[in-house]
Formats: sequence, structure tokens, C-alpha cells
Amino acid sequence: MPTVDSQLAVADGVHDATVTDVESSARRSTNRVVAQRLSLAYDDRMIVDSLSLQIPTGQITVIVGANACGKSTLLRGLARLMKPKGGVVLLDGEPIHRVSTREVATKLGILPQQPIAPDGLSVGDLVSRGRHPHQRWFRQWSAEDEAAVAWALAQTDLTDLATRPVDELSGGQRQRAWIAMAIAQGTPVLLLDEPTTFLDLAHQCEVMDLLQHLNETDGRTIVAVLHDLNQACRYAHHLIAIKGGEVVVTGTPHEVVTEAMVADVFGLAVRVIEDPVTGTPLVLPLGRGRQT
Amino acid sequence: MRHRPGPVVSRRYLVRVGPVSTRIDVRTVGVSAVLVGAIFLLFCWTISVGDFPIPIGEVIATLLGGGSEDSRFVVGELRLPRALVGALVGAAFGLSGAIFQTIARNPLASPDIIGVTQGASLAAVSVIVLAGSGDLLGGVASIGVPIAALVGGVAAALLVYVLSYRRGLVGYRLVLIGIGIGAVMTAAIQYLLTRATIYEAARATVWLTGSLNGRGWGHVRPVAVGLVVLVPLTLVLGRQLRLLEMGDDAAKGLGVRVERSRLALILCAVGLAALATASAGPVAFVAFFAPVIARRVVGPGQVALVPSALMGSAVVLASDLIARRILAPTELPVGIITSIIGAPYLLYLLWTANTIGRSG
Amino acid sequence: MSVAVPVAASHERVSDEARVVDAHGDHRVRRRMLLIAGLVVSVVVLAVVTVLSIAYGSKPIPVGTVFRAFTDFDGSNDHLIVRSLRVPRTAVGLLAGACLGLSGAIMQGLTRNPLADPGLLGVDAGAALAVVIGIYVFDIGSLLGYVWFSYAGALVASLVVYALGSAGRTGATPVKIALAGAAMTALLGSFTSAILLLDTETLDQFRFWNVGSIAGRDGDIARQIAPFAVVAIAVSLCTWRALDTLALGEDVARSLGASVGRNRALCAIAIVLTAGTATAACGPIGFVGLVIPHMVRKFTGPSHRWLLPYSMILAPILLLGSDIVGRVIARPSEVQVGIVTALVGAPFFVVLARRTRLANL
Repeated sequence: MPTVDSQLAVADGVHDATVTDVESSARRSTNRVVAQRLSLAYDDRMIVDSLSLQIPTGQITVIVGANACGKSTLLRGLARLMKPKGGVVLLDGEPIHRVSTREVATKLGILPQQPIAPDGLSVGDLVSRGRHPHQRWFRQWSAEDEAAVAWALAQTDLTDLATRPVDELSGGQRQRAWIAMAIAQGTPVLLLDEPTTFLDLAHQCEVMDLLQHLNETDGRTIVAVLHDLNQACRYAHHLIAIKGGEVVVTGTPHEVVTEAMVADVFGLAVRVIEDPVTGTPLVLPLGRGRQT
Repeated sequence: MRHRPGPVVSRRYLVRVGPVSTRIDVRTVGVSAVLVGAIFLLFCWTISVGDFPIPIGEVIATLLGGGSEDSRFVVGELRLPRALVGALVGAAFGLSGAIFQTIARNPLASPDIIGVTQGASLAAVSVIVLAGSGDLLGGVASIGVPIAALVGGVAAALLVYVLSYRRGLVGYRLVLIGIGIGAVMTAAIQYLLTRATIYEAARATVWLTGSLNGRGWGHVRPVAVGLVVLVPLTLVLGRQLRLLEMGDDAAKGLGVRVERSRLALILCAVGLAALATASAGPVAFVAFFAPVIARRVVGPGQVALVPSALMGSAVVLASDLIARRILAPTELPVGIITSIIGAPYLLYLLWTANTIGRSG
Repeated sequence: MSVAVPVAASHERVSDEARVVDAHGDHRVRRRMLLIAGLVVSVVVLAVVTVLSIAYGSKPIPVGTVFRAFTDFDGSNDHLIVRSLRVPRTAVGLLAGACLGLSGAIMQGLTRNPLADPGLLGVDAGAALAVVIGIYVFDIGSLLGYVWFSYAGALVASLVVYALGSAGRTGATPVKIALAGAAMTALLGSFTSAILLLDTETLDQFRFWNVGSIAGRDGDIARQIAPFAVVAIAVSLCTWRALDTLALGEDVARSLGASVGRNRALCAIAIVLTAGTATAACGPIGFVGLVIPHMVRKFTGPSHRWLLPYSMILAPILLLGSDIVGRVIARPSEVQVGIVTALVGAPFFVVLARRTRLANL
């Protein structure tokens, strides 16, 4: 797995005038979503400064970092929800802001952090809205739409709940409904901003297992921002650690999650052992707690 | 993986003809049909009553082209245009209010929040006060007032938009500035009322209450043309409106060009409100509670654009009927009755929501 | 393993914390002094504006004469103008301004809504209807008469609004109050319009009251509203704690032991008293209550302990300043203060709204 250093070396040697070279190489590479020298800011506050990374296709990538390190902002930048102050995001080799919104919506699906379900909207209706990028004003409900929605509901095990209002569902079910909408959208890439926050443990596992299932059956590229490092280790193929709006390190959890990294990125002294259930790294904070 | 087709969403009937397809919500269609029927009934009723009562049969005959000389005059020159203006203005306000409430995600939103009705009112009152009270000028004023109101309404909304645009439109900033500019214009109106002669002030106050008195074919045409243009446009944009409801991020993720859609929808809503205010004055409240009632009747989860428009029409027609007859032979302005009907209903909604126990 | 390490670490942590507390304490002291200084400056500005308000008008009177009218009264025309016209007018402006500023700040705090204006409680609509009824039914013609009808109307209307808004399990939540207020305003407004349309003479009188003005407010009015204004201001200043608690949200407030219902009621009473007094004295004047708290919050932050006194002092500055402008700009006639505050307040408000972060409540 190429580390970020070699990629940065490539990017650093590139001037804007030769961006086409990079574009064509990006197209040739297997990475569909690439950020180059991306800078994102809210008004005058720079959150992400000149950040470059590549999202490996067909894998689950998790972005981790401390609170307010810029990971959600980064995700929004990748999803074209924010206009970058500098740099560019490439989707299939094309700068993403040059691609039409509708076309982006057929390739990238996003589950934002606190999605608003209008009062009384049923699960079926919510999932149906995911078909919007494929519809036209005269073709509002084709056979493909019907099939896609049915399939999405089956994948997320919500077929029986299709007529229930979304706001009557439990937290886990609601997240599944939003993910079902993204599935119905039929995008090969799925971006999720903290999909498991505010869910209890069982529901968190429900959601993450679903994402893993989507990745394994369809080969969908999943990019998620998670705040739980252990959860990230369990499910991610590829981990990106962010600190202060910059990439600290990327790679597989085994490569990346070390005591030194956690101390650096999270400011926390920990011990890292092997998870007895999955074999992935397990992070144990050192500290007070009840010492027996 | 085998796909299992079949209706997964209830209450929807699929209509498909070749590549063209759409889904229709049964309850919305039902409610709309009932409202259309109610509008037709109210229409005939309001045409038939008055100082010169005409039986309903005669009304229908006259509308179809027959009828006596007298009926044709009363219906054709006086009552029909008035009723038409009422229905069209109600529809425009209802639709405009529905758009604003959905975009602002707030049931208290109305065209007032962007200052369009205040701008239209200020322009109209200016013309009334400055045009004087002579007969010739009075004639000019009767044409000039609607035009001024239309220009004033659109200009005010544009001003608010320009003032609040800063690298994109942020919802609360638009509303905040809209309310601020609206308050200035209201103060200006009150100031003009103190500078005018009592006659002008009285005329202005009548206009400000919202009235269908003396509305003729000249008032019907602009509103009709406006509706013919704006209503289809709004309905096409309705799909995007549904997605905007889910938040900017989710809408963008689904391929909606959020800024552009919102601007287009706001322009439609402003146009509708400005036209309606120009024709009948700011008929208080219709834009506010017609969509609220429509949504309650149609059921949750719908944007309910068409029912809101139809409900607006029905409310204005019913209010005008009451306004004309309740203190006969004095005709009250319709704006007074819409408030008297609407406000208690709103309070009733509040009361029942409380007793059911839903949080406010 | 490392037992020694944690202990050493905690030593460092303690002294670190101590350093942070010290710095924080310094910072707090400095801030408090800054706020007090600001308050003193504001009071001085208010005094200056007050004197100007007495000196300026359709007939400018030198400041020296103004002072001599009190110290050395000689019955001359100028002295009479000062004592019987200008001083009461300015006094009314001071009291009404203070009331407006406080009512706006408390309303925004109670409803946690930066758009809230005391009119939402139905104060303006109730006052207007009562005044119109007074003119139409009881033939009231004097400003003093308007005052009492206005008070009565404001009180009754806001009582009804508050009662409707607080019915039900959840009590008087901001949304319910706003909804009830909007409905009442529309309902009362339609009755007002109906009467105005039926009787042109009523309209003729009402339109001058409705624009909001302190012109013609003489010693009688000043003397009669003064006790109410003083009580209203006193009650309002006491609500700062209730407002700060409510700002944390109901759940946190309850967990801190506060009685949410009582706090809300206290704030509502304060609003009704202040807004009612201001409207009674001057007619409905908009904008002051809306803009001043926003401007103040930029400087003081969200704590009502400072927000309320600052609002109380800055609002009369705006009001009296606008009145002076109104008197001077259109000599020999006047532009009423209600329109000037709107014209002056609006650009401020737009600039404020355009800045990045609106002060969140």
C-alpha cells in the first residue's frame, strides 16, 4: 500500500500548469476520489490546509482524529459540499467542481451528520428520494427506480417498515433508512459523516456491519468519519489520521495504529493490543479509571 | 440478485405512459378535488348574492353565455371579475406561503419575512398619498397603484436578497434582514399616513387591509398571466423543494443545485406574492395559514403545493362572501374576515396540539 | 511498571491548572473593569444626549439657558419651553427608551429568538385596539387618555397570549408563544382595521398615535407614567438571573434547581410592564427593542447581567438621538421618532446581520 509520503512527493513536484499530467495519472490509477493540496476554510478560518490524499477504491476507508481536527470538514470537501479555498478534489480524474451536480450525485452518495427528515415522511418515501439524480421531470418513477428502492429496502432489512414515518424509528433504524436512501441512489462511492454517533452499541454494530456488507457484496467504496478509534480499526481497510487539518499518517490499521500515533494525534497515552475477537488493533487508554 | 418489483410505498398510484411516469398521492388528489368543488360552489354562490340577487341556475347560464341582459352585466362586469380576482389572489398567496414555509422550514414563515408585501404596500400607499385626490389623478391612481405595488414588492425582495447575499445565501440572514427591511417599510407607511389628507389616509387604509372592492377585469389579467407563468414553474421546481426540505447537505448529495433552486423558488414565491398584493392589497394571513391548514388535511410528509393554492382560493372566496353580506349593504374588506377566520383556527390548532401533548 | 510516571505527571498537571486559573482570573477582572468603564461612558453619553434633547428643537436654545431655567427661573419664553415642554418630553423619552431596550432584551432572552420583538406577545396589537376603541366608543382625545387605554389593552392582550401559549404540558415554549402572539396580533388587528374603516374620524386621530412619537408628551403624562416605568425597570433588571438560566435550555435549568415556569412568568411580566409602558407613553415604536440588544451583545457577550443595564442605557440614547434628528431635520415641523428610529436602526441592523456570526442566544 503506497504511503502518503510518496504521493506527496509526486504532488509537490507538480505545478498548476502541469495539472493535466496529474489528472491523467489519477485517471490511470485505481483511486476514484483524490484530493490535491486541498484547502478548506470557513470564512477566514483555515480548517484544512493544503492536504493531499487518495481514497482507495473498493475499500472501507475511515478518517479519524481528535475533535475539531477537520475530519468532517475534509469529508464535506470531498463530497463537494464545500467550495475549496485552494487545491482541488478529483473524481475519476476530473476536478469535481467541473462535473455537474447531477453527475456527481450518481457517483458519490453522502450521509451528512445530522440529516433532517421532514415531519411524517415515511421510510419508503425517504428511500425513494435517493432516486432523484436518475429521474427527470417527465420520468418521475421508472421501473428501475422501483427496483432500486425495493432492493435498497431489502439490503437494509427495512421492507416491513417501509410505511412507517422516519421519526418514529429507533436511532439505528433511522440511520439504516438514510443509508438505504444512499443505496437507492446507486452510487459506487459512499461518504458518511459520523454515522454511529448518538447510537447505542448494538445499533452502532448494526450500521457498521451493514457498511461492511455493502462493501463486500458490491465492492462499494466507503469513506466514513468515525470518532471511535477501535471501531475504525475493526472495520477499516485503510485508515487516515488527521491532526490540525493535516494528514498525519495513512495505511492499514495494523500499520498505522501505534501508541506513538495515538499520543500524537489524540494526545492520549495508550496501550495497543490485538483485539481477541477480530485480530485488529485495540486501543486501551492508560489513565485513572478504577484500578483493581 | 433477483429484484422483486412491486409497490413498496403505499398511497401512491403510479401513472406510466411509455417513458413518461409520475406518482400521484391519493389523498392529495382527493383533497384537491374536494377543494376544486368547494371553489366552484363558492364561486357560483358569491356571484349569485348581492344587492341584485341572481338565482344559481341563472348564474351558471350566464357563465355559459346565456342569461338576461341584466344578469350578463352584473355578472360579467361586476361579480365575475371580482370573484376571479379573489380566487386567483388566494391561490397565489397560498402557493407563495407554502414555498416560504417549506424553504424556511418554519410554519411561521410567510412572504412578509422577505419584505415583499411591505414593499408592495409602501409603493401603493405612496401612489395613493402622492397622487392626490382629484378625479383625474384618482383615475391614474387606480391604474398606478397595482403597477407600483408590483414594482415595489419585487424591488423590496431584491433589496433584501442583495443585502443578505454574502458568498451565498444563508437562511437566517435572509429572514433577519427581510424582517428588518420590512419593519422600516412599515414605519414609512405609517409616516405617510400621517402626512396625507384624511381622505387619502382612508383610501390607503382600505387598500392596506386587503380588499376586493372595485376589482375589475383590469385586475384579473395581470394575476392570471402571472399565475399561468409561475404556477407551472413552481410545480416543476416542487420536486427540488421536496429535497431541499431534507437539509442542504442531503439535497446537494442528491444532485440538487441548492443555491440555484432556492433562488428560483424564492423568485417564484416573490412574484406570486407581489402580483397578489398588487391586485388585492396584502390580504393578511392567507399566505400564512392556507398552507398550514392544507398540510394538516393532506397529511404529513407532503409539501402540498397544489392543495395550498386551492385552499387559499377557497378561503379568500369564502371570506369575501362573508365580507360582502355580513353587514349588508356595507361591504367590509376581505382582509378583515380572513384574519377573523384564520386567527381562531390557528389558536385552535395550538390548543389541540397542547392537549394532545405534542411539544410546541 | 510506571507508578512514578503518573504521579510526576499529575504534579505538572496541577501547577498547569493553577496557572490557567490565574490567567483566567486576571482575564475576568480585566473584562469586568472594561464593562464597567463602558457602562460609565454610556451613562455620560446619555447625559449629553439628554441635555441636547432639551436644548435642540424647532427653536434652538443655548445650553446655558437650559441650565439657568432650573437654577434661575425667570418666567421667560425660553425657560417655559424648557421646563414645560422639553424636559417632560425628554423624560418620557428616557423612560420609554429604557423600557424599550429592556423589553427587547428580555423578549429575545425569553423566546431564545433573535427576531423576537415584544409585539409578538400581542402588546402592540392590544394597545392599538384599545386606543381605537377608546377613540371610537369613549371619545378619548387626549394623549393621557390614550395612555391608560393602551396600558389596559397591552396587558389584556399579552395575558391572553401568554395563557394560550402556556396551556398544555410543555408550558410556554417559545414556538407556542410566537404562534399565539401571531394569531392574536392578526385577530386584534382585524378588529382595529374594521373600526378604522367604519369611522374616518377615528382613523384621523389614530394614525398619529400609531406612528410612535414623544411629541406633545407633557408633564402630566411624564408624571403619570413615571412610577410605572420605574417599577417596570426595577422588575426587569431583576430578571437577569432568570434569563441566564433559561438560556441554558429547560433541562439544564431544571437540573440547576430553577423553576422554569416561574422564571418564564417573571420575564413575561417584565416584558408586559416595560413594553406596555413604552407603548402607552409613545405609541408603538419599533426597532429599538430589536436592534439594541443585538448591538449590546456584541460587546458584552450573552450574560444578561450586563446585557440588561447596557440595553437600558443605550436604548434611550438611540431614542432621544432619533428624536433630536426628527426635530431638527424638518424644521419647523417634526418627523416622528418612530420613523427615525426605523431609518436609523435599519442600516445598523443590516450591517449586524451581515457579519459572520450572529450572536447566538
